[in-house]
Amino acid sequence: MSPGGGGEVPAMSATVIYDDRASSAPNATASGDDLWLSLEDLHASTGWEHKPQGMCLGDRCVPVSAALRSEIFAADGRFNLAAFARYLGQPVIHDDDASVWLFGESAAARGQALRSLEAPDFRLPDLDGNLHALSDYRGKKVLLLSWASW
Amino acid sequence: MYREFADRNFIIIAVALDAGGPDAVRKFIRPHEPIVVPAPMQAIMGWSSEQYAGAAAPTYPCLIDEKHIVAELYDMKNVPMAVWIDEDGRIVRPAEPAGATDGFRSMDRKTFTLPSDVAEAGRAARTRYTAALRDWIEHGEQSRFALSEDAARERVAGPTPTDALAAASFKLGVYLRDHGKPELAKRWFDEAVRLCPDHWTYFRQALQLEEIGKASGPEYVAKLRALGDRRYYDEIRLG
Repeated sequence: MSPGGGGEVPAMSATVIYDDRASSAPNATASGDDLWLSLEDLHASTGWEHKPQGMCLGDRCVPVSAALRSEIFAADGRFNLAAFARYLGQPVIHDDDASVWLFGESAAARGQALRSLEAPDFRLPDLDGNLHALSDYRGKKVLLLSWASW
Repeated sequence: MYREFADRNFIIIAVALDAGGPDAVRKFIRPHEPIVVPAPMQAIMGWSSEQYAGAAAPTYPCLIDEKHIVAELYDMKNVPMAVWIDEDGRIVRPAEPAGATDGFRSMDRKTFTLPSDVAEAGRAARTRYTAALRDWIEHGEQSRFALSEDAARERVAGPTPTDALAAASFKLGVYLRDHGKPELAKRWFDEAVRLCPDHWTYFRQALQLEEIGKASGPEYVAKLRALGDRRYYDEIRLG
């Protein structure tokens, strides 16, 4: 979905934000809600790789059925990251005016992580720009408290 | 409270859900001058001037979360919310209002005063919450306020696909704003609010990005009023 409008928007280059990391995919092609990347760009932007056992990210591999293959691979070998992310239940949004695509984490994965009761880790800066991870404080009881200036 | 327990293997990690970044939160974390809190506000917050001065220059980590990542990870829709996490990194109490109650909704917005019974109930709720926290710091998993795994799990609703889409929209807004495209950013902040109108974090943050102070302005007051019998803060179920 795209509040900024949709339709055929071929692009020479797109910014891909995946797992909260932004990178440039120089030879991306956007078409409506689909984003096609070379496998090299895919790996550089997301970490996903095409292997004999399927699509793999680190230790995790997703088998690719014939039906899925026809959706995510073009004849020239390019990869439809948007279709693949949707298959995995991830939110996919794009701003066509800025040529930026953002892939979020699926609600199911977030919910599963919370129900495991293992506190999800994060790394954020303080006022001086020093980064603190929740896991830096393992061994202490933590009161994680949200607030805001607004 | 924190100083009392800092040497007891306990830490507070305060996370400001604030797309305004360091500039928006600096004066609260590291005030150059004491923040003057009018007496009626003190009554509502239940803090004395001394407590406020102490709390406003904290020694624990105060982190800045421009993309509201912690709200997304821990399924928080409002502030202040708190999560208790034990020494092994296990959640013993999922996100819940940190002693905050709906009493402030009966504030007289001309005089900023609360009916005395409401103010008293608010103070009592905060006292109960901090007493529970103390009990957990002292007794750990033996504390009756440390939930069992089943009880903790039962309280985790988890985000819906719409919540996940709203979180993604909000983050795209922050990215575009940080990259010099505030007009494009605005429609993604608005999109997060449209998708999840009950997330006060998106609604008030979007207002504040339009204009400082707008988060507590007429739109907020009107939306609060429109809640009617529905709650702003969920009830705190300590037991």
